[in-house]
Amino acid sequence: MSMAGVEVPSLRAFVANARALAFLWDRGASVRFTDLARETSLGGRLAELSGRSVLLATTNQLSTALALIELDGIARRFVVLPPDVEADRLGAMIAAAEVNAAVIDEGTAAAPALALPVRVTCAGAIAPMKEALPARAATEWLLMTSGTTGAPKLAVHNLAALTAAIVAPSAADGAAVWGTFYDIRRYGGLQIFLRAVLGRASLVLSSAGEPVADHLARLAQYGVTHLSGTPSQWRRALMSPAIRGIAPRYVRLSGEIADQAILDALRAAFPRAVIGHAYASTEAGVAFDVNDGLAGFPAGYVGSVRDGVEMKVVDGSLRIRSPGAASRYAGGVAKLADADGFVDTGDIVELRGDRYYFAGRNGGIINIGGLKVHPEEVEAVINRHPSVRMSLVRRKQSPVTGSIVVAEVVLEPDRQPDGPRQSALKDDILKLCREALPRHKVPAAISFVPALNVAATGKLLRRQG
Amino acid sequence: MSVKLTIIEQMERIAREHGKILAPLKEDLVLADCGLDSLGFAVLVARLEDSLGVDPFTAAEDAVFPVTLGEFVKVYEHGGR
Repeated sequence: MSMAGVEVPSLRAFVANARALAFLWDRGASVRFTDLARETSLGGRLAELSGRSVLLATTNQLSTALALIELDGIARRFVVLPPDVEADRLGAMIAAAEVNAAVIDEGTAAAPALALPVRVTCAGAIAPMKEALPARAATEWLLMTSGTTGAPKLAVHNLAALTAAIVAPSAADGAAVWGTFYDIRRYGGLQIFLRAVLGRASLVLSSAGEPVADHLARLAQYGVTHLSGTPSQWRRALMSPAIRGIAPRYVRLSGEIADQAILDALRAAFPRAVIGHAYASTEAGVAFDVNDGLAGFPAGYVGSVRDGVEMKVVDGSLRIRSPGAASRYAGGVAKLADADGFVDTGDIVELRGDRYYFAGRNGGIINIGGLKVHPEEVEAVINRHPSVRMSLVRRKQSPVTGSIVVAEVVLEPDRQPDGPRQSALKDDILKLCREALPRHKVPAAISFVPALNVAATGKLLRRQG
Repeated sequence: MSVKLTIIEQMERIAREHGKILAPLKEDLVLADCGLDSLGFAVLVARLEDSLGVDPFTAAEDAVFPVTLGEFVKVYEHGGR
């Protein structure tokens, strides 16, 4: 299925129409969007990147944002490099994308793979452009998949596909300030960057290593109105007292299953906000938004065409055909879609009543004596307990007893019981599990932990035990 | 509480939770006949690791398969040593 033929202006044309007071902020710097229409962060070297395949190896989100705006419509293609990509993956990515230039910033570490014919430094600040803009070209956007299973790949998009799900805001919406816990160098965060640019809004970016409380304080300072993150990132933010400083009118979750507990917790924290969870993947694009405050999605979404997006369920797994999907993987080894153009997301859904619910990842299943357990469905039950902030369910292997389900639980900060009451609380959580789950899915043991690891993708870090 | 009492209390509790009926818990009771199935037994080992701080079956270099309740208790009394 071809995504070509849809004429979308380049990002530079969008920023030319930004509001006069729309800014990009990170911890140390700010850039006014409208200035980017005639200024540059690339020190007069934009023309050298014209028509090239460019690796964006910038280390902070602000310089990445500047490079994206400058290079869209100029480069033949660019590869958006997420943070924390292992150096030994660089060579394969550069080969797959036929990279012949790089944009770096002062933080980019020297690597042999970056010895490319053209290397341009992005200043992270802008200066008037002396030269004329190079000729326009269609630009391919290559994004790294989250690699939940297997080695990450590069999905090939273009601006039309990436913005297919973005509805132009109406004038009545007023000036928006977007914020994202997600890094804009990954699909979920990039969606927020594009929403800000197309919506003529401001955007608050986080800086590398910035504590959650500091990021929240800056979001408060700039008056964030639209804020997005994964459920894990939101749970972590809700544990910070600094959350009380913000009052967004739109709260968005994506990237992981949004269970009822996190939706309810966000509803309690932000009583007047629209709270929506979106389903998207790097390969399939944004498939849908759910704004009714309930987990899962209406059954009617499957089998119908909504905003050009079609969904079907095959062997329990959600498949999506969408104008927002990537066209292929770079390097052309694996097939991205089936013969009919549907992308298999690998996310397992279950129909209960008039809604579909996400049950977990195809392949993330724990096998308990031949019975399947999706960790996520157990976590959703545990997370309903009022004392629980977040949980991780995993398999524990014992040579004598086989596999069992165990849970690690992070409690609400104000609900930490002392010694004797810990055991009563564990019993209470297990009781909830027994009432809601078949016996083999009830955790055999619960341990209370101070924190759970969240990966750079914003998703709960799962490991096999 | 003694190791033996802890084990018996947990067995009774898991039987209750899983809707099973336990045989009288005597020393020579064969574990396979105690009333807990394999899942119940796995849950028991996990709970005992939580309350006694040791999983002697995972800690042991050779897999130990106690046959009677008395042997099972002994594995825990000597667990991790």
